[in-house]
Amino acid sequence: MRLQYPPNVRIIEVPCTGKVDVMHLLMAFEYGADGVIVVGCMEGDCHYSVGNLYAKKRVNRVKEILDKVGIGGDRVAMYNLSSGMGGRFAEIVKEITNKVLELGPSPIKGAAGQATRPIAEATT
Amino acid sequence: MIKAVPKPLEEVLGLVKDFNKVLIAGCDGCVTVCEAGGLKEAKVLASALRLYFTQAGRQAQVDETSVTRQCEKEYLAQLSENMDTYDAVVSLACGVGVQYLAEVYNNKIVYPGVDTCFMGVNEERGVYSERCQACGRCILAETGGVCPIARCSKRMLNGPCGGSDKGKCEISKDVPCGWELIYERLKTLGQLDRFEKPVDPKDWTTSRDGGPRKIVREDLRI
Amino acid sequence: MSAQTPSKLQKIIASGAFAVTSEVGPPRSADGAVIEHKGNLIKDYVDAINVTDNQTSVCRVCSLACCIRLKLMGLEPVLQMVTRDRNRIALQSDILGAASFGINNMLCLTGDHQHFGDHATAANVFDLDSIQLIQTVKMMRDEGRLLGGFEFEVRPQMFIGAAANPFAGPNVAMRASRLAKKVAAGVQFVQTQCIYNMDTFKEFMKIIVDRGLHEKVAVLAGITPMKNVGMAKYMQKRVPGIDVPDDIVRRIGGVPKEKQAEEGLNLAVEQIQELKEVPGVRGFHIMAIEWEEKVPGIVERAGLYPRPQAA
Repeated sequence: MRLQYPPNVRIIEVPCTGKVDVMHLLMAFEYGADGVIVVGCMEGDCHYSVGNLYAKKRVNRVKEILDKVGIGGDRVAMYNLSSGMGGRFAEIVKEITNKVLELGPSPIKGAAGQATRPIAEATT
Repeated sequence: MIKAVPKPLEEVLGLVKDFNKVLIAGCDGCVTVCEAGGLKEAKVLASALRLYFTQAGRQAQVDETSVTRQCEKEYLAQLSENMDTYDAVVSLACGVGVQYLAEVYNNKIVYPGVDTCFMGVNEERGVYSERCQACGRCILAETGGVCPIARCSKRMLNGPCGGSDKGKCEISKDVPCGWELIYERLKTLGQLDRFEKPVDPKDWTTSRDGGPRKIVREDLRI
Repeated sequence: MSAQTPSKLQKIIASGAFAVTSEVGPPRSADGAVIEHKGNLIKDYVDAINVTDNQTSVCRVCSLACCIRLKLMGLEPVLQMVTRDRNRIALQSDILGAASFGINNMLCLTGDHQHFGDHATAANVFDLDSIQLIQTVKMMRDEGRLLGGFEFEVRPQMFIGAAANPFAGPNVAMRASRLAKKVAAGVQFVQTQCIYNMDTFKEFMKIIVDRGLHEKVAVLAGITPMKNVGMAKYMQKRVPGIDVPDDIVRRIGGVPKEKQAEEGLNLAVEQIQELKEVPGVRGFHIMAIEWEEKVPGIVERAGLYPRPQAA
């Protein structure tokens, strides 16, 4: 469609958003992501039946955690669209980019502190 | 199995916020089954704590691990290698495991990371309900396989009470009347005659009321 | 109704007359005058006065203290005792205490769960249930023995009562069966939950009479007058174990607000008249919660005044 959307987004493809784990989202923030979105199929249209519903629950859990640890739950969001909705995708990216610009960079980047551990393997 | 729920994150943060080296110790037993304190949950908690410490400007180290079960010293021993590194441990095991870990590593600060709730069943994923109160003298043979101590809010042995309403307990529509369940089961089994004989007061010495309990099986010891 | 006790209530029941009992609710402070006042309001219109025991798990002056006060006033108390708050040691202790003041009637109850009251975070006891409490007081009275085995001389002379609820689950036949169990445990009289569904109650009484239980236990029918339609709806929807048919709610709600109390009292009197004809009914237990002043009127209009003097 050759639509324009902000270049600062890194896309990671998964066969179904049901594959996205809470740990994937948290680790993205640990590594300094300013915002993370999970983009799944329309509810009821999930090819694997309820994968996107699990994803929604996990995103909500991460929102809650981020609010409580001082990162801010607004930095993560779940969106639903079908593969034909290119225009909507561009819209979504603009939306989250604007939101993150509003919120500023993640407090993790350039923080005085650093909580470390050996890099964890991704969980399933 | 034992059912537990994760403690609110803010409560755990409050416990460990002043430490610099924290270990989150999960358990592969009961708390894994009810998704409260297994390795998966330990990783999530550790990550949340790392984010917290970092944004708070602290130099901290948060590790996660899990052992087969924390109610066994043999498995707790596996933690000994690095235990000295930590200022505090958050154990995600049930209350039993937290205590045993604290006993084995008795000079370490050990905090609970879950609230241990009851012994019960998995009705479906994420829905658990109580079945046993460990009274120490099982009477399920007399009540058609439904326990009045665990499932009657008043632990009556001669129920139901006058508050039993359309199969529900007076305290909530979400709680089935334990004695109605017993009645239905005895009816199915053709044992309703059990109902009319008064049951004598229970000997509570084998339950919590008798004091902390211990089992010694001489047949298993040499 | 085997054992004879000095209970005036037992004597009146045995005489064949309809017995009348009522209840008074103690205050939520250390005010001794309330029970004295309530007792005086109704004393000539009832044969015995129940004092509730932390009813609906709301902490009030204890039933034992109030019963002692009534006894010292020359009245006939019924000590209501729930097993929710006291273990077997305290229950037996309170029975001995009541008996030491010559109290001769008690009502053995399990008790509402503390969830309902003002101390929902309290631990509960339920060491015994109502049926085990009946067994216990019977043993104390007839054998001079405590549950732990200790034997003693001066025995409580208790006329043993309990509650019966024909309207609770699982079904009427089982509620009658439960009454049979209480009889087997030693109960001598029961006061029923307040009645609005006459059909269900009559069905219950028929089973009781068919089984011959009416000769072993005196059933006192529970009557609670409705103050207004709000009370009728509340009891219908929000109180477990009470059955208020829609036509009762319609009847009370069908008259103007200022006339509803009168209608409720009319209904109570009609209920008593109807229940007098039901075989097995040996009397009435009038529960006019915080409306004790209406009891004399109900008793008079129902043709139950004056009360017989016990022989």
